[in-house]
Amino acid sequence: MTGPKTCIEVKEVSFSYNGNPILQDISFDVQEGEYLGIIGPNGGGKTTLFKVILGLLKPQTGEVRIYGEPLESFKRKHLIGYVPQRSISDYYFPATVEEVVRSGRTARLGLFKRISKEDASAIEKVMEVTDVAKLRDRLIGQISGGERQRVFIARALASEPKILILDEPDVGVDVTAQEKFYSFLEDLNSNTGITILLISHDIDVVAHQAKTILCLNRRLVCHGPPRDFITEDYMQKLYGKKVRFILHGH
Amino acid sequence: MRPEIFELEFMRRAFVAGLLISIIVPIIGTFLVVRRYSLMADTLAHVSLVGVAVGVLTKTQPVIAAVIASTVAAVLIERLRGLKKLFAESILAIFLSGSLAVAVVIISMAKGFNVDLLSYLFGSISTIGGVDLFLLAVLFVLVLASVALFYKEFFLVSFDEEFAEASGVKARALNLFIVILAAVTVSLAMRIVGILLIGALMVIPVVTARQFELSFRNTILVSISFSLVSVISGLFLSYYFDLASGGTIVLVSLAIFLASLAINRPE
Repeated sequence: MTGPKTCIEVKEVSFSYNGNPILQDISFDVQEGEYLGIIGPNGGGKTTLFKVILGLLKPQTGEVRIYGEPLESFKRKHLIGYVPQRSISDYYFPATVEEVVRSGRTARLGLFKRISKEDASAIEKVMEVTDVAKLRDRLIGQISGGERQRVFIARALASEPKILILDEPDVGVDVTAQEKFYSFLEDLNSNTGITILLISHDIDVVAHQAKTILCLNRRLVCHGPPRDFITEDYMQKLYGKKVRFILHGH
Repeated sequence: MRPEIFELEFMRRAFVAGLLISIIVPIIGTFLVVRRYSLMADTLAHVSLVGVAVGVLTKTQPVIAAVIASTVAAVLIERLRGLKKLFAESILAIFLSGSLAVAVVIISMAKGFNVDLLSYLFGSISTIGGVDLFLLAVLFVLVLASVALFYKEFFLVSFDEEFAEASGVKARALNLFIVILAAVTVSLAMRIVGILLIGALMVIPVVTARQFELSFRNTILVSISFSLVSVISGLFLSYYFDLASGGTIVLVSLAIFLASLAINRPE
């Protein structure tokens, strides 16, 4: 039996912005089907790391490989679904939920191609799984934070990705919606085998949901299963203070 | 007694030209308004004046010169914006006033303002010739076909540039394409509404349509209908009451905008 395939390789990546080092010598691999939670203090480089993996920022040194190919020459970027941190500008944009979800399939379709029957049914399925089908004609600015979060996940899933990258998707979402959302992610990961990379402020959530944790404070502080993270004294290294960490019973 | 409006060759031309621009102007306008780039229309219009001034000075086609000037400016503006060293609005302000300065100097070399130039500034339907109309028709087809072919990419890049780029869509190239289409459209519309008023026709019908909280596609379609109503009734009014065509068209579109505000007033 062969082990799981490596889908993302980050090799000795360093990135600095205006001379300030944001990421220093980061190396790690992500296996197919992994659920990786990324935590670390503000300014620790979490979002920057995502942007490097997505090719939105070019690291000064090091490289990123996706399915063994260098990122620059990797052509099937639609295999990576991205759920970015949201900004306020969406609230005024005249677009329906359905238009937004469909737009997620643009790259997969390619230029001059219209949405076919199969595309339409794939989009429909995604809208159902994420429970946004009933919102299809609502404007993106007129739904709740939790609903909007599901729409952006649906958009990311519309290209039928193998990897899902979520940058603090729980900001501005109430607790009940959050719980539902994380169990949805868990199901997605275990049922479809989609690889998940998640940034969250909520260390508790990450420690419970993710199978692997990566702690980032400009450098890679730790990388391993949540249990290692809890037993070692990483919280102090990460946040510079003693934080009592309780792993609630499973 | 005036002759009937459609007995006049120039009025027939004005209506054909008016119909064409009132369809493409709000389409391009929508892509500018939703990404908060409304000022782009005005900036490109002022740059068009440089082209017109060169055209008038060298006695060549001012419309073609305007298309070239505004397209070059559009490319430069997007390049500068891409560097992220300056605010987008500062770049637009520099191009807007800078190009006006260039135009004024060229005009002074051509021994002052003349009637022809004023017709570009404020729009003059009586001066639209057969060549103008032909150019307009060709570029109309070009702009419309481009938007039809790249609609899904244009939508994606307008809604979320970062997501577009992350998914492998060439966001910068598409941005540039949209801005070039805007440059071409502005240069075409200036004969009817005039350089100084074109921004209004590009933005007001779109903002009006936005009040009705429609999908993106329907926002475009409704803004086209508002723009058609504004241009057609504006042309009629300007003919029968002997008013400036550009100003009348923009006033009609403003009246529709005010009505839409009243209808969609929040409780």
